[in-house]
This record gives sequence, C-alpha cells and structure tokens, in this order.
Amino acid sequence: MRHLLSTTDLSRADALSILDTARELAQVADRPVKKLPTLRGRTVVNLFFEDSTRTRISFEAAAKRLSADVINFSAKGSSLSKGESLKDTALTLQAMGADAVVIRHNASGAAHRLANSDWIHGAVINAGDGTHEHPTQALLDAFTMRDHLRDGQGSLDGLNVVIVGDVLHSRVARSNVWLLDTLGANVTLVAPPTLLPVGVGSWPCQVSYDLDEAIVKADVVMMLRVQMERMNAAFFPSAREYSRRYGLDVPRMSSLPEHAIVMHPGPMNRGMEIAADVADSGRSVILDQVTNGVHVRMAVLYLLLGGQES
Amino acid sequence: MTVLHNVRPLGGEAVDVRIEDGLIAEIGGGLDDGQVIDCADAVLLPGLVDLHTHLREPGREDAETVESGTRAAAAGGFTAVHAMANTDPVADTAGVVEQVWRLGLEAGFADVRPVGAVTVGLDGKRLAELGAMADSAARVRVFSDDGHCVSDAQLMRRALEYVKAFDGVIAQHAQEPRLTEGSQMHEGQLSGQLGLAGWPAVAEEAIIARDVLLAEHVGSRLHICHVSTAGSVEILRWAKSRGIAVTAEVTPHHLLLTHDLATTYDPLYKVNPPLRSDTDVAAVRQALADGVIDIVATDHAPHAMEDKECEWAAAAFGMLGLQTALAVVNETMVRPGLLDWDAVAQRMSVVPARIGRVADHGRPLAAGEPANLTVFDPDGEWVVSAEDMVSRSRNTPYAGMVLHGRVLSTWLRGRPTVLDGAVVDYETV
Repeated sequence: MRHLLSTTDLSRADALSILDTARELAQVADRPVKKLPTLRGRTVVNLFFEDSTRTRISFEAAAKRLSADVINFSAKGSSLSKGESLKDTALTLQAMGADAVVIRHNASGAAHRLANSDWIHGAVINAGDGTHEHPTQALLDAFTMRDHLRDGQGSLDGLNVVIVGDVLHSRVARSNVWLLDTLGANVTLVAPPTLLPVGVGSWPCQVSYDLDEAIVKADVVMMLRVQMERMNAAFFPSAREYSRRYGLDVPRMSSLPEHAIVMHPGPMNRGMEIAADVADSGRSVILDQVTNGVHVRMAVLYLLLGGQES
Repeated sequence: MTVLHNVRPLGGEAVDVRIEDGLIAEIGGGLDDGQVIDCADAVLLPGLVDLHTHLREPGREDAETVESGTRAAAAGGFTAVHAMANTDPVADTAGVVEQVWRLGLEAGFADVRPVGAVTVGLDGKRLAELGAMADSAARVRVFSDDGHCVSDAQLMRRALEYVKAFDGVIAQHAQEPRLTEGSQMHEGQLSGQLGLAGWPAVAEEAIIARDVLLAEHVGSRLHICHVSTAGSVEILRWAKSRGIAVTAEVTPHHLLLTHDLATTYDPLYKVNPPLRSDTDVAAVRQALADGVIDIVATDHAPHAMEDKECEWAAAAFGMLGLQTALAVVNETMVRPGLLDWDAVAQRMSVVPARIGRVADHGRPLAAGEPANLTVFDPDGEWVVSAEDMVSRSRNTPYAGMVLHGRVLSTWLRGRPTVLDGAVVDYETV
C-alpha cells in the first residue's frame, strides 16, 4: 500500500491490518507521554482545499503523536475558484520535501489525481474528495463498530449496519459501503429515492426507502448529515418532512435492538437527521468516533510511512 | 502536374490519378507524366469534410488558431472544416464569421466554413443576425450554439423556421440544461461510485425528441450534433421513418471510448456529451452503419494544458479529434466490417458537405472534379502520441493507443497540404 485513496483498494487483510495497528497505537493515548518516535524527521502536509477543522486536527494529532513534522497548508480557493492550481500546489509541496500529503478537496478524484501524477512522490492520503470517498472516516467507523460490538478484534462478519441519509452526496457512505462489505458486514442504505445515486443497485449492499423497517434488525445505525441546501434543489419537500421520514428520533431509537449503537460522522444537524436526545444518549458513540479517528489515522500514517527509510 | 500512382478509389481497383490545375484531370492506368507519387495501393477518398470543429480563434489562440487547427485538419485528411461559433467574441455577427473565414483562406490548409451562433452570445435569449451571416462573404449555412443547447422551445422553433429563407440548418447541441447542471460524466453505475455528477442520457434524448417534432411541424431541416446514446438512435430512427428532415453526427470518440475511462479521473477523458456505456457505443456504431446517423464529425476541441492538468471537475470539456478521426473510423467501422470505403466517403465527405452546403467538396472521384482528395493507408499502424499532434494543443484521449491507418497525403484543389504523412508548408510548395 503506497497511498490511501479509496476503500475499494483495500483488501480484507489490508483493512484488518490497519484496524489492528490502530488498536495497538490507541494504547499510546493512555500513556502520560502520548508520543512515539516512529516518524521523527518525516514531514506530513495537511493540504486542505476545503474547510474541515475536525478532520484536519485529527490528522494533525495523529501525525504529531508519531513525532512527524506537520505542515498545515490551507489552500482555500482551489483552482476551481481561480486560486493556485492543484498541480502547482503539489509541485510546491514536492519541492519542500513532503513525505506524505493528506488531501481534502471539493473535487471528486482530486487525491487520485495527485497520487497518479508525477507532481508529487510522497504518499497521498485521501481525507475526503468531493462526493467520492473519505476512507479514513470509514476506517474509524469500522474501528468503532468493532470496538463496541466485536471486542475490538477480527472482522465485522454478519454485522447489520444501516446507513441513513444523503447517500448521493456522501463520501462517507461510499467509503463505508465498500469497506464494510470487505469486512463482512451487511449494509443497508436508507434514503429517499432522490438521494440515492443511479446504479446503487449494483453496490454491495441493500437499499430501502423505509427507515422504520430497516432499523429493527440493525446493530449499527449511522446517520448522515443532510445539507439544508438540498431542500432547495427539490431532493425533498421540507426539512420537517425529511426529519419525520428519515430522522432518528427517540421513538425510532427505541425500536432498535438493545445492543445497537448510533453513529454520525459529524458535524450533526441536531433536530434534522438526528434528535438532540438521541445524539446525547447512551447509545450514541459519536465522540468515540472522534477519538478513534486519531488512532486510525496514526495507523494509516504509520503503515504508509513507517516502513520507509527517511 | 502530379500523378497519384497506384491508388484505390473508394478501396476499389488500383489506378493512377492525374491532377492538373486543381482538378482531377484523368483517372486510368499507366499515367506517368509529371511528378509521380507512388501510393502503394492506398485508398483514395474525396477530401474529408468536418461539420464540427473548434478552431478557438478569435479568443483562445493559446489553444488553437485557424492556422494550427487547419494544419491538424489536413494531417487528418480533411479539406474542409466547419468552425464552431463558441469563440471569444462569439461568432454571432457577420464581422466575426468573415474574420474566421478570411483567416482560413490565408492559412490555406483547408477550407474554413464558419458556423454562426443561433443566439446572441450563445446565451439562448434572442436570435443572432442569422441572415447577415448567411449573406456575408463567409456564406454561413450551419448555425449552432454548440456547447450550449438552444433549450427554449419557442426560440428553437423560430430559428428552424427562419433559416429556411437561405437554406440554412440548425445544428443542435442536445442537452437539457436543468437535467445536467454541474454534470461531469455519463450518469450510470460508475458516476455514482466515482462521485461525479451524472449527465443522464435522457437529457440528450428529450431534446432530440422535441426538436425532431419541431422540425416536422415547421418543415425545416435539423442537424443533431454528437449523438451519444442508444436512446437517441431510436428517436432518430423513428424520425427518419416519418420522413423528418433530420441529420445526425457521431464523433470518433463516441465510436471508440467508454465512460470506464473516467475511473482514471484524468480529464483527458472529460467531454461533452460524455463518454457513454458499451451499449451506447455499439448502438451508435450500428446507427452509423445503418445510416440512421448520417455522418462522423470530430468535435475537435483543443484545450490548453492547464485546462486539462487539473482535477476533473475543474477541467474543460473536450478532446482533439481531427488528426485521428479517420483512423478511429477505420478501427471501429471498417475493420470490423460495418462500413466499406464508399460508405466512409459518404459519411465523412459527401454527406457532411451536403449538410453544410459546401460546394466543391464531397464530390465524386471523377475527371473534371475538384482535386480535393485524401490518400489513406488503412493498414499502417501507429502509436498515437500527444507530442505528434499537429494541433497547438495536446489533449488527445488516444495517446499510447495503437491505431490502424495513416493519412499519406491530402490534396486541396490540387495542392498537397500533406505529403508522406507530413503537413506541407505553403511557402515550400
């Protein structure tokens, strides 16, 4: 593994190795000195063409716990808005000697483009590209599911995961579908038909329009963020109607099996896709997801950079 | 005086063709007076005519000029090209079309027939002065907002009606705008997985269906640009069966390439309409064979490097096409047995010249006809390379591919624009 661009590129062994490594590295967080010398002298660049404080600081914390030097490059205004081009930005980073580039971009395929160009030679980690993928989010989700429902070990064979919301525009949903399938889980996507991509029938998952029906057997319910601007594009008639049909409120949560957990990649629209009481309930593992994000990103950096000599 | 020795007109028996004073003087055996050029049994075609070319001048001379674009045309065996109107300024006045026409004359590599914009500034709001362009020195007969659809049904109706006065034709870029907002690639299983906004086939088909009905209603002729879907083919088949005066083109890239190339996220493969599925490719090939699609047109769309060396969504739509068109048609249609050379001549010269009302092109290969000719070796193998593109731009989607068939020479009114596969500069003739 040279880059992490998509969860479709991960074999079951790759995915399990990342999760197992993350579990090892998680122990560092419990030490008084939360730092390993592994990536000392290596440079990790966080290249963010899109604002995302939470993902950026998660990667930053992960790189710093491995003693890497971290450069935050906030390229607000990509070539899409007539700023510096992706190519020139990449060449600049290459000239500065970046060993790994963590890229967040609003264009699908941007990370892929960076990794397959000769603009840059270091490892490329996709931290979210347009409406395509967000592989470390899926890995931290899988880690969290395994932690809560599989004693932190092995695969997710047989686990029933329901992912609810704006699948059409969600890179989190895409990365999760491929990864969870690879790890053996049964995924069901739930959304109004307008928010499901054409061709979703060929994805390795079930599709349902009925949340009440889908959650009865769920071990995991993952709510996706729904952006309010979707309403104006006629994807659904109103926020209230969306919330009634596809939001997770307390009565719906009570129909979940006893052991089931509730997840959300954040940031949440409380009252829209998830009720405040649900987000703050004992079933919610949303803050664990944030914590696990650092462990998983440490594992990815470790596996991509740790094997190389500087 | 020149003799093309051992050429096979439309792929038939080898003959010699004598060219004199810009005309085909004689076709026969054993002709050897003057300069004899051995063609080694290559195929002789009437010079190719492209109904859909972007020459980018005026406005984007960094990507292409009339001169560089017509050099590329000559290298591809074309003797006439229709220069699309989406320049800067837009070719929506007699002044701009005359400028483009004159630049073509000065360059001298191929006859340039400017296409006039249907609406002012291509903005789909009000008709450009179509009559002034028709009456200008450029004698415009093809009108198109290509790049944009004339989506207003009433405006389209009026345009179809209006150009009847001077035997014009509206060439429609069939793309329902609301169904394709922000679209990046063919909408299908792959677009969903890649997270690229989809360009559904129905957005093309809905406009074609509407426009063939409009053309029937007002009794006008209509041309459909770059047909790309199986559904469009069915609508065209139906329209033709009703006797509606519609013609249609397919591009070489829609005959050969599919949307799977988008998995590379390399914007070289970003084009409008987008590359479609295998099923669509099979359908447009069959339609071209059957004559439901009348012609091949390149949609040659040069772009500066920086407009393609970027992320997919930021990149420009379009790909080069002139220099590779005949080889791609050879690969996709002739070698599989779907077309013979007579049919290729129809679809790449005779019929496009007729649609564009271009005199002196697409003429029979006979004594007394203008010597606008293409000599093509259908077996010559070559590896396409971006560096070998004659165009000022490099955005060929075929780089690295092996294609069969090379243009050996191109003749414009008896003057070679290409000899031994290389463009001949005017001064050195």
